Amino acid sequence: MKKIEAIIREEKLNAVKQALEENSYFGMTVSEVSGRGRQKGIPLQWRAGEYRVDLLPKVKIELVVLDEDIPVVTEAIVRNAKTGETGDGKIFILPVETVVRVRTGDRDESAI
Amino acid sequence: MSINTGDTAWILISSALVLLMTPGLALFYGGMARRKNLLSTIMMSFAVMGIISIIWALWGYSFSFGVDKGSFIGGLNYFGLANVGMEPSNTYASTVPHLAFMTFQGMFAIITVALITGAVVERIKFSSLMIFSTLWMTVVYAPVCHWVWGGGWLGGIGALDFAGGAVVHINAGISALALVMVLGRRRGFPTDVMEPNNIPMVALGAGLLWFGWFGFNAGSALASDGLASSAFVATNLSAAAGGFTWMIISWIHRRPSLLGTVTGAVAGLVAITPAAGFVQPIAAIPIGIIVSIICYYSIILMKSKFHFDDSLDVFAVHGMGGIWGALATGIFASSAIGGTAGLIEGNAYQVLIQLVSIVTVAGFAFAVTWILGKLIDVTIGLRVKQMEETVGLDLSQHGERAYGGLLR
Repeated sequence: MKKIEAIIREEKLNAVKQALEENSYFGMTVSEVSGRGRQKGIPLQWRAGEYRVDLLPKVKIELVVLDEDIPVVTEAIVRNAKTGETGDGKIFILPVETVVRVRTGDRDESAI
Repeated sequence: MSINTGDTAWILISSALVLLMTPGLALFYGGMARRKNLLSTIMMSFAVMGIISIIWALWGYSFSFGVDKGSFIGGLNYFGLANVGMEPSNTYASTVPHLAFMTFQGMFAIITVALITGAVVERIKFSSLMIFSTLWMTVVYAPVCHWVWGGGWLGGIGALDFAGGAVVHINAGISALALVMVLGRRRGFPTDVMEPNNIPMVALGAGLLWFGWFGFNAGSALASDGLASSAFVATNLSAAAGGFTWMIISWIHRRPSLLGTVTGAVAGLVAITPAAGFVQPIAAIPIGIIVSIICYYSIILMKSKFHFDDSLDVFAVHGMGGIWGALATGIFASSAIGGTAGLIEGNAYQVLIQLVSIVTVAGFAFAVTWILGKLIDVTIGLRVKQMEETVGLDLSQHGERAYGGLLR
């Protein structure tokens, strides 16, 4: 089992969510996050003049899948979250030790 | 003198309109503060509504409008509202109850003090601000108000100030600058980004200010008449021209900015304040256009060049806008409106009188405010402790936070 943490552009969330659903990956946790990378920030305006915001709003999608599903899921995220500009985000894949479904107490594969 | 019911109704409504400007200002300022200082910024205006209302009734009105003492200050004949009753005063606003005139003027006193707070948000100690407000009302506002409106020397030499260009805006703007010089910058200014927490709140506040300003300016006719209507139209046109111009300036530099547009509308309102009942309404358009250009570049100069942390631009908008408004009154005054001709109608002398009022009010306000600030700073301290500032004034000064609850 692996956990996928994908940090993507806010405006790409719907496309990614839809692509995952089409591949039968329904469950996920989504949060609004702030971060920075090579995009470096964007200029906004004050009453007069500009200022730079270097922590930009992004969306983080978290989902846990079986090891063999990793290529499909990462491919779906990359394809749908990519614009080719800096600021498209990153995907982190982490090992998961245990999963428990709260409703039934099911563990691991049967709980995903 | 007999009471005119139309005038009385209008002055009472105008008083309520002017009062509403201060909660409007609270939101206008609050939205521009950082999240951790939102409540404290709003609180400053509400606390001023309490403290100044009381001071005004006890001695503020008397020092401002009491019987003249040497052209400098009013006497104590109205102390604690003595001799201020249901009959008209025999000196001011002869068609409305004296109490109505008194409370109308009190609303101006409230917002003038509240305006200053915008310069010192996010680091001033709340208790010190309350003491400052009390002293400032007594030794700065009351004398200046008396000079201009209460039978003092500035009104005597013919300085024109319809609704408070000098008494309210120059006075507050210059005092804000002096207080900032004593208090110092916010920790992290100007290197840290200090983002406004809620621009829709700023826009709502600006809307309330624009609305209330009709009472401020048109109410200053002290009658429900043609002059009030003329001032009303001038007020709206200047706000519109100011907002539109700031929008264009921000658009030229980048994009049409909402924060900029509402700031421009407020600048337009500031500039027309002294002029509203002296100029042709159509003159409000150039007055509003020019004030936004002046204030926009004043902010850049103050913040980027001089690194003054006049946090919410009180000097740049109210000080500079008020100075332009006072000059513009001398330039555009029309004898057909307020009975006095300005530069355009061939009376260059009026501009000179306006300059005298600007320089003396600004000089007095700056000097006395600076001394008051220093006095408080060396005795009980003006500023919060470093930790209190870092945590934010909402928690450290008021024990509250703007947005509570972990769960929705």
